[in-house]
Amino acid sequence: MQELIKAKAIELLENGTVDRVLGWKAGEFFYDLTPAVFTTREEIDKDFVYSVFSGANFSKYLVKESRKEGKVAAFLKPCDTYSFNQLLKEHRILRDHVHVVGIACDGMCDIDKIRAAGAKGILGVESGGENLNVHTLYGDVTVKKADMLAERCRCCKSHKLVAFDEKLGEDGDVIENSGRFDEVAKLEAMTPDERFEFWRGELSRCIRCNACRDVCPACTCEKCVFDNDKSGIANKGAANSFEEKMYHIIRAFHVAGRCTDCGECSRVCPEHIPLHLLNRKFIKDIDELYGEYQSGADTETRPPLMDYRQDDADPSVVYARGGKRE
Amino acid sequence: MKKLALSRLPELFAAIGAKEKLYIPADDGESARFLPYREGMELTKKLNTVRSAKDLFFPQVENLMAFQVTGKEIKIIEERDPCENFVLFGVRACDAASFGILDRVFRYAEPADTYYVNRREHGTVVALACTEPEETCFCGVFGIDATQPGGDVSAWIAESDMYFRANTEKGETLLSGLALLEDGDEAPVDAVSAKTRAILEKLPHAKLSLKGFDGAHMLDLFHSKEWEKLSESCLGCGTCTFVCPTCQCYDIREFDTGKEVKRFRCWDSCMYSDFTKMSAGQPRPTQLERFRQRFMHKLVYFPDNNDGVYGCVGCGRCLQKCPIHMNIVKVVKALGEEKQ
Repeated sequence: MQELIKAKAIELLENGTVDRVLGWKAGEFFYDLTPAVFTTREEIDKDFVYSVFSGANFSKYLVKESRKEGKVAAFLKPCDTYSFNQLLKEHRILRDHVHVVGIACDGMCDIDKIRAAGAKGILGVESGGENLNVHTLYGDVTVKKADMLAERCRCCKSHKLVAFDEKLGEDGDVIENSGRFDEVAKLEAMTPDERFEFWRGELSRCIRCNACRDVCPACTCEKCVFDNDKSGIANKGAANSFEEKMYHIIRAFHVAGRCTDCGECSRVCPEHIPLHLLNRKFIKDIDELYGEYQSGADTETRPPLMDYRQDDADPSVVYARGGKRE
Repeated sequence: MKKLALSRLPELFAAIGAKEKLYIPADDGESARFLPYREGMELTKKLNTVRSAKDLFFPQVENLMAFQVTGKEIKIIEERDPCENFVLFGVRACDAASFGILDRVFRYAEPADTYYVNRREHGTVVALACTEPEETCFCGVFGIDATQPGGDVSAWIAESDMYFRANTEKGETLLSGLALLEDGDEAPVDAVSAKTRAILEKLPHAKLSLKGFDGAHMLDLFHSKEWEKLSESCLGCGTCTFVCPTCQCYDIREFDTGKEVKRFRCWDSCMYSDFTKMSAGQPRPTQLERFRQRFMHKLVYFPDNNDGVYGCVGCGRCLQKCPIHMNIVKVVKALGEEKQ
C-alpha cells in the first residue's frame, strides 16, 4: 500500500493536479510519524511513510490547507472521510482546493498497546501473519497484531470511503455490529454513583493539555471559549475537579451530533482517558431518541440536533429513561 | 551504603509514611503517576510517570492569595497551601536533574519564589537508578548518568535488594531514621550500573550532538528556515509543556467566588494562543513563533543565561506523548550544526 500511495502522490504532483501533498513523514523510530506537507518527488521518495502507525486524521488540517493558494492532495482513510464530509457540511473546507485520495484501511496499531504488552526499548517491528515481532533493546517480543489495534479500530464502524476524488485499494462496507457501543452500555448499566466514580477516576488524570480539543475535527472554532479570557469561563487551570469535568462534558455537548466518532481524542490523550466514550454516549442517545444517524456519512442529511420534528423527544425523556426527580 | 530486600519495600514505605507524607510512582489506570502512598500500593513497573515529578514542587494549580472587599477596605488573605515534610520516592535521574533547573529559576534567582522554595525545603528526594531505559531516553546527552541518579538519597535495585546512599544532610536524616535498613556493599550496585551503562550507550539518541546550540548562534537559529517545516503540523496543544519536567511557565489568574477574589497561578504553555498576551496583543501571532519559542528557550536562551545548562533533561516524555510526534530530538537534528 505504501508504494501505491507514494506513486500516486508523485503522479498527482507531477501531472499538476495538485501542488502539494499532505502525508505522514518518517520520524526517528518506525512509529513516530508526523503529518507533513510534501512538495517534491525527492521529499516523497525520502520521507513519505504509510504504515499501521499512520493514524493521524488529516481532515482538520484541510480547514487551513484548503484556504491556501493552489490545491492540496490528502490521503484519507475511511474514518477520516467521515470527518472530511462533516467539515464540508459545516462549510469549513473549501472542497475545490482539495483532491482526496481515499485509501482502504485494515486498522491502525497503537504503540502504547505494544508497550503495555511488555515491549520496552522498542527499536523495530516486523509483521508476520497475525503476529508482530517487536525488536527491543532487551530482545524480541512477539505480540498479536489484533490486540495491538488502536481502540477505535478494534470496533471500527466503517470500512467504507464516503468522500473521495479517487480511491486506492478496495474499501469495504459500513460495519453494522461494530460493538462500539458495548462500553457505553456497560456505563449505562452502572448506578449513578458508580458512573460518577468511574468518570471522576478517569478525568482526575487530565492534565488539561487540550490535545483532545486541538486534534478534534469537530472543534474548529476560530477561538475556543476556554481560550478566550473575555468569555468569563476561560480556565487555563481548573480551579477544582468540578471545573475539570465541566471542560470535558461541555466539549462533548458541543460536538454532539457533529462528532463522527473518529477517535482522535482518545488517540492523543497522554493520560489514556477514554474520552471517546463521552461522545459515543451522545451518538447512542441520538440514535435512540431521533433515529439512526451517522454524522459525516454524507453532506446532505439534516442533523437531528439541527432539525425540528413535532415528535422530537422533549426534555422530560430524562425521566422516562430512569432519571430521578429531585 | 544501606540495603533492604525488595520484598520488604512495603515495610519501608510504611516506616517512611508513619513519619512523613510519602509519594511513590504507582500505576493509575494505564499510566503511572506520583501518588500519596497508601497501604498495598506498589512501585510501578513502568520506567517513568506521564506527569513529571515537578508537580510536587510546582503544582499545576496553586492558590496564592485572596482579597476581600468591605466598603473601601481591601483585606489580603494569605492562601498559601500549608506544606508538611514529605518524601518523594522513586524519582528517575532525569527528573532529579530537572529540580536543579527549576531551582535556577525559582530558588536561586532574585526574588526567590517562596511558594516553590517552601516545598523544596520540605521535600526529601529519593532518586532511583534506571535499569531498563527506553528507546526514547537521552539523558546522557545532558551529562546525566541514569545509574547515578542524584537526589537527597540515591537508590538502586540490584538482584533482589534495593540499595541506598545518602547524598545530603536531609538524605542522611531520612536513612538514619529507618532502623530496618541493613548495611550493604557497593559491588552489586557497581555490577548493575555497568550493565545499565552498556544499554545507555546503545540508545538510539545517545550520541545526539548539541554543537551549535549556544548564545553565539542565537540569531542564526532564530532565523532558520527549518522552523516552518518543523512547526507546520503542530496542533498548538500543551502536551509537551505539561509533561515536561523543566517547563516552568505559569499564568496568574483571578477567580471571583462571590465572597472574595482568589488569586491563583496555573501552568501555562508557550504553545497556547494566549501565552504572554499583552494589551498590545499577542507577541507570537502564529504557531511557528510559539513553537520556536519553546525550543529556543530550552536549547539557546536558557543555557545562554544559565552557564550553559540546557533546559532539557532527556526524559523522552515529549517523544512519547506529542500527538503529532514532533519533539526536541527532531528539532536538534534539523537545526544542529552537525546534520545527524
